[in-house]
Amino acid sequence: MSEIILKNVRKDYDNKSTVIENLNLTIASGSFTVLVGPSGCGKSTTLRMIAGLEDISSGELYIDGKKMNDIDPGDRDIAMVFQNYALYPTMTVKGNIEFGLINAKIPKEEREQLIEEIIDIVGLREYLDKKPSQLSGGQRQRVALARAMVKKPKVFLMDEPLSNLDAKLRNQMRSELIELHHKLNATFVYVTHDQVEALSMATDIVLMEKGKIRQHGSPHDIYTYPKNVFTAQFIGTPEMNIIERQKFEAIATLPEQIAYIGFRPSKVKMYEPTQDQKQKLVFTGTVLTKEMLGSEIIYRVQTNMGVVAVKMFSDINLNLDDEIKLSLSYSSIHCFDENKNRMDILRS
Amino acid sequence: MKNELLKKAKPYLFVAPALIIFLVFSIYPIVSMIQLSFFEWDFISPTRLFVGFKNYIALFQDSAFYQTLSNTFVYMILTVGLGILFGVLLALFLNKKSKVNSFMQSIIFSPYIVSLASISFLWMWLMNTDFGLINYILSIFKIGPIDWLGSPKIALFSLVIISVWKTVGYNTIIILSALQSIPKHLYEAASLDKANRRQTFLKITFPMISPTLFFLTIVNIIASFKVFDTIQIITQGGPQNSTNTLVYSLYEYGFKFYKIGYASTIGVVLLVIISIFTIIYFKLLSKKVHYQ
Repeated sequence: MSEIILKNVRKDYDNKSTVIENLNLTIASGSFTVLVGPSGCGKSTTLRMIAGLEDISSGELYIDGKKMNDIDPGDRDIAMVFQNYALYPTMTVKGNIEFGLINAKIPKEEREQLIEEIIDIVGLREYLDKKPSQLSGGQRQRVALARAMVKKPKVFLMDEPLSNLDAKLRNQMRSELIELHHKLNATFVYVTHDQVEALSMATDIVLMEKGKIRQHGSPHDIYTYPKNVFTAQFIGTPEMNIIERQKFEAIATLPEQIAYIGFRPSKVKMYEPTQDQKQKLVFTGTVLTKEMLGSEIIYRVQTNMGVVAVKMFSDINLNLDDEIKLSLSYSSIHCFDENKNRMDILRS
Repeated sequence: MKNELLKKAKPYLFVAPALIIFLVFSIYPIVSMIQLSFFEWDFISPTRLFVGFKNYIALFQDSAFYQTLSNTFVYMILTVGLGILFGVLLALFLNKKSKVNSFMQSIIFSPYIVSLASISFLWMWLMNTDFGLINYILSIFKIGPIDWLGSPKIALFSLVIISVWKTVGYNTIIILSALQSIPKHLYEAASLDKANRRQTFLKITFPMISPTLFFLTIVNIIASFKVFDTIQIITQGGPQNSTNTLVYSLYEYGFKFYKIGYASTIGVVLLVIISIFTIIYFKLLSKKVHYQ
């Protein structure tokens, strides 16, 4: 177990473009931290700086209390799984797993034992003598994982490791990674651009944009209390409806400082007359589009405040151009100021 | 019926031009050469005398032939070995993208595009015992003078130097492109796996460029067996037969002494040697070479 601390970290490429200006981040020991954000936000760069594959232009990096800026990647007690797995094509599966151990001068008997321990966990026993080119994507992924695990590192770094797998396999690997994290008790740092992956696996999410951390918290916190409009829209599918003040005032009045309001598509319900009507906002609209997702349907609805997305269970089946009456509980409305930051004023 | 026939003939018609060229210029000369090796003929007289294996017996009893054979092999082993060794070293040295390096690449490659005749004259001057540049430079260090092309012990090695100088640029460029196509993430993975420079080269770089080295080895071997121009211009097989190779002696017997049968016999021996090499390489080495 070990904590990773990045202090005032800056990254420039060739002294020209600055990818990360000033990053301060503490990754808790034993956490499954997911760095997520749109492409070019600096998440991979951050991971590669932790790995030692990129130099840190200025600032400090600590792993387990030790300053790591000038330590070679091989001496940082970390392991990394690459997006394209980076398996050595000339070596067998066993050779791939063993390479790091040989370099670390671990005696043969101990190596065999370590490989023996790992090989059943990843289910590769029959493939030990195969070359990576003879394996499927999922199997290669497992080899990459085995290669990382066999070193028993304190920190696992993963750079979009599931993005080359098909959807079904990806779901399966996701739960396997969660299980693995429980079993190994190591710190996992995982980079992805897929917010679903982030929400489903992380104990901590670090949401980045343009080299800056926009929010750092548990998946629940980030989803439920987005600190800003960017977070609100990046996390959750479909993205949160964000309505400008003037447009929203077409259907209700707002306290002064609020510049934007937001609500999740899943919080909008079909209007049903009930007793607690006062706590609900009621509005009408016309169905513009319909996306069937299986158990749920996403509608785009034209309302007085503009087009809003609405997600409903598919037992409510609406048709295009249907006129509908919708309700939204005040408690599920998020408010943002003109700088697009969250405001926690009383919801009424 | 007619259509049916045309349909069946069509594929053969398509390959016919290539096949005809191949038959006329490759297969026919080979068959004809094998046939001629059983005859005595001087190129001019209308009759050929069938002599059976006489040419072969004469060839294998000729001590000069064994020297020729040994010259050919020494030349081949040294040019291929040194050409590839220096190619790898230069490619590793130039494997960083910079303006100086790309300039160096063009310089190293330039001998390859110059005609062998010019190269031969250039080196004859460089290696001249009395007023050559090489001996002049060596004399500064109080070495020499060395009789580069006139000494039977040295002349063959001088030809090796010329050949390596000419081909190393080609080898370097090909190896360099192989080096640059090795994915960067393999090196990153290796650095995380604690591999030092030697391990990284032996376990990653070398296996990854081995298909290229395999290709270069074959191409260079075949080229070195065919060496002719430099010998013809610089040494004519001398001194004392020390730079005579199979192809050059074939030329001498065929076109200087007009012993076509004997020359064909040498051709058959060369054919057998090159065939054996090709088979060995494809059967044995290709198994150990990594292809992606």
